[in-house]
Amino acid sequence: MISPSTAAAIKRTLDATDTDGLLAIEGIRKEFPGVVALDDVQLRVRPGTVHALMGENGAGKSTLMKIIAGVYQPDAGEIRLRGDIVTLKSPLDALEQGIAMIHQELALMNWMTVAENIWIRREPRNRFGLIDHARMAKMTDELFARLIIKIDPWAQVSDLTIAQKQMVEIARAVSYESTVLIMDEPTSALTDREVEHLFTIIRDLKSRRIGIVYITHKMNELFEIADEFTVFRDGKYIGTHASKDVTRDDIIRMMVGREIKDMFPKVDCPIGDVILEVKNLTKKGVFHDISFSLRRGEILGIAGLVGSKRSNVAEALFGVSPASSGEIIIDGQPVTIDSPNAAMTHGLAFLTEDRKESGCFLSLNCLENIQSALITRSHVRAGFVDQKTVSKLAEDMAARLRVKTPDLQETVQNLSGGNQQKLLIARWLLTRPRILILDEPTRGIDVGAKAEIHRLITGLAAEGVAVLMISSELPEVLGMSDRIMVMHEGHLSGFLDRAEADQVKIMNLAAR
Amino acid sequence: MNTATQTAVPMPHAKRRLPAEANIFLVLIAISITFEILGWIFQGQSFLANSQRLSIMILQVSVIGIIAIGVTQVIISGGIDLSSGSIVGATAMIAMSLAQVGTFPRAVYPGLTDLPVIIPIVVGLLIGLACGLINGLLIAYTKIPPFIATLGMMVAARGFAKWYTKGQPISFPTDGFAALGQGLAPVFIFLGVAFLVHILLRYTRYGKFTYAIGANPQAARVSGINVERHTVKIYAVAGVLSGLAGIVVAARGLTAQAGMGTMYELDAIAMAVIGGVSLAGGRGSVLGTMIGMVIFGVIISGFTFLRLDAYYQEMLKGAIIVAAVVADVYRQRKRVKTT
Repeated sequence: MISPSTAAAIKRTLDATDTDGLLAIEGIRKEFPGVVALDDVQLRVRPGTVHALMGENGAGKSTLMKIIAGVYQPDAGEIRLRGDIVTLKSPLDALEQGIAMIHQELALMNWMTVAENIWIRREPRNRFGLIDHARMAKMTDELFARLIIKIDPWAQVSDLTIAQKQMVEIARAVSYESTVLIMDEPTSALTDREVEHLFTIIRDLKSRRIGIVYITHKMNELFEIADEFTVFRDGKYIGTHASKDVTRDDIIRMMVGREIKDMFPKVDCPIGDVILEVKNLTKKGVFHDISFSLRRGEILGIAGLVGSKRSNVAEALFGVSPASSGEIIIDGQPVTIDSPNAAMTHGLAFLTEDRKESGCFLSLNCLENIQSALITRSHVRAGFVDQKTVSKLAEDMAARLRVKTPDLQETVQNLSGGNQQKLLIARWLLTRPRILILDEPTRGIDVGAKAEIHRLITGLAAEGVAVLMISSELPEVLGMSDRIMVMHEGHLSGFLDRAEADQVKIMNLAAR
Repeated sequence: MNTATQTAVPMPHAKRRLPAEANIFLVLIAISITFEILGWIFQGQSFLANSQRLSIMILQVSVIGIIAIGVTQVIISGGIDLSSGSIVGATAMIAMSLAQVGTFPRAVYPGLTDLPVIIPIVVGLLIGLACGLINGLLIAYTKIPPFIATLGMMVAARGFAKWYTKGQPISFPTDGFAALGQGLAPVFIFLGVAFLVHILLRYTRYGKFTYAIGANPQAARVSGINVERHTVKIYAVAGVLSGLAGIVVAARGLTAQAGMGTMYELDAIAMAVIGGVSLAGGRGSVLGTMIGMVIFGVIISGFTFLRLDAYYQEMLKGAIIVAAVVADVYRQRKRVKTT
């Protein structure tokens, strides 16, 4: 018989070893000017497990990861590594204490070799104090053999694929004998086979008692690789569970704090005549024989995995990088689209995939961002912009889209992702498009803005605009589209009607 | 992080936004006051209350100011122009060779003397235009970095200027040509240029495209802007303004030498940068550059006024340019942090 107090003591000890295991984070707070990024959050990672960190964009995941990796210092709270409180002054400091981060933006030196990248600052030296390249190659080979990675140590990093670069980063982290490994969206640019390889490596790391913090948006991965997960929402801690105890819907509810069916307010609207017909559109070595038609008021979703070249098709249609052969027919007339300007003449508009890369003019104000496409075509007399009219149009459009900004003179850099996206949509709506191409229209924006943009897209379709929507979020494709076109590695793999489509059918077509 | 600002509805109303030039203007005032105080301490007289000193100061920076206006729009578009000083040298030589008086026996073109003043002006501007077009075409269509393209032009145009008369200076301009450089004429020419380019950048499509390309060339392309064609235009305008500066410099000196305009390109870039034009592109204004130009002038004139040795002057000038860029980098970093 054990006395209650002894039992409690044993339980405490067990809890302590369990929870303090490897990395324990408590009460972390981080403020940026005007924004509380993290408010009293916690995270516990046990050795030999993969702990997924989930949350919508803006939930604070990346901020916490940067704190753990020593990039940011927290305003409050403590970090314990194997029970000891640590302060992490810099990424190097964190690395030396055994915490390594594999960055979303890969942090390798492109013009150096694989081996040089891994052993930088720790190069083996010969007796003259010069770098011993032979030994460096041998060390790299040994490291790669351990991790089942097959990459030439002397390959230049710029020649590697993104997956290979990721492997190199992982190898580098392992070479530091790190006990905590942070992976921020490691699979976002990987093909299925590469993801499998990554997971093999991760399982191997687990067996070496390494704790892995894994940020992902992909639910499938969560169930396949993660043992536990923690959810953040709006900078706050929501909860931690073992992944085997919950369903997908539970997690989504924790992440968004509301039911998902509110998110896709698709209403059926009359579908009109064919406005756009694409026949055998081909760009050599990129995509081949893409044929489809699009009607007024129709939303055609395009689904596919990374590498399916959906965005390249959109870029070809809009003349950003024209196709090498095939036909584009608008209103029954074959047309040549060799520049964005030509595309706009035919009533096309194109919201690009990457807001920061090819969408926003971050250093300019809202007005300049909204009007940039319009003034390439109209409202200019003798070179002078008719600013009064354009400003009025821009203001009305910003109000209609409910862009939240003090005024249109605000620099776009200072706006949230959702508002930036609305500005870009406003830019295109001002050109009164008849065919709207949307590439990942809601990527990286918060839930509220997402729903608003979905409502807007549906509204445009109801007004007769033909919409081509590329999206990597299956619920979005399923929720918004009248028809779904699925692509696989540059080829068309099939169409699904709204009524028959579901995630499994799409994935079957997308993954083949 | 985005969500936090998102939920903050209603947004606090915009704080009164001061134009970006306000900060630079304060710097100008601070520097002027510093020299004023130092003046009373070390020289026993006022630095500012001396109209002769002020007009000399403005005159000194006006010619480089013309180039600075041209390079301002180049830098706003995300580029750089190192060739302007050499284009000054080349156009000064050519314009002067077509502006000589017939009474001078050793004219470069003995048959082409006493020409109407419009001819050397137009030819000078066309030479500037040609150099600018070559810069722009190279940058837009071969995709070589602006630094390299204009570095090539810098060396080549200087070489051309020296070759033109085998290094001999050219002198004895007509009165009409000389008038372009006399009195405060360079200042008025500068002000005219500044006004035109200010209008161009602020109110025309040319200006909107220039800022857009500097802020994000890819987004500009997707917006339907022909980025290549516009880039050519930007460098062409810069070339024309360098040509104009060459004409003025020759008229002002009453002689043209192959070495004219040496280092002007760097002073012009420095004026723009001091004036808040961001080397990252997408930010800056003619007004800012004008203030930067005056700061530049005040510093040079102030050091001379304090009888500071010329060597110290150059060292300090270098330090001030670097400080201006450091301030620019710092401003940008602060901006990024607040997002």
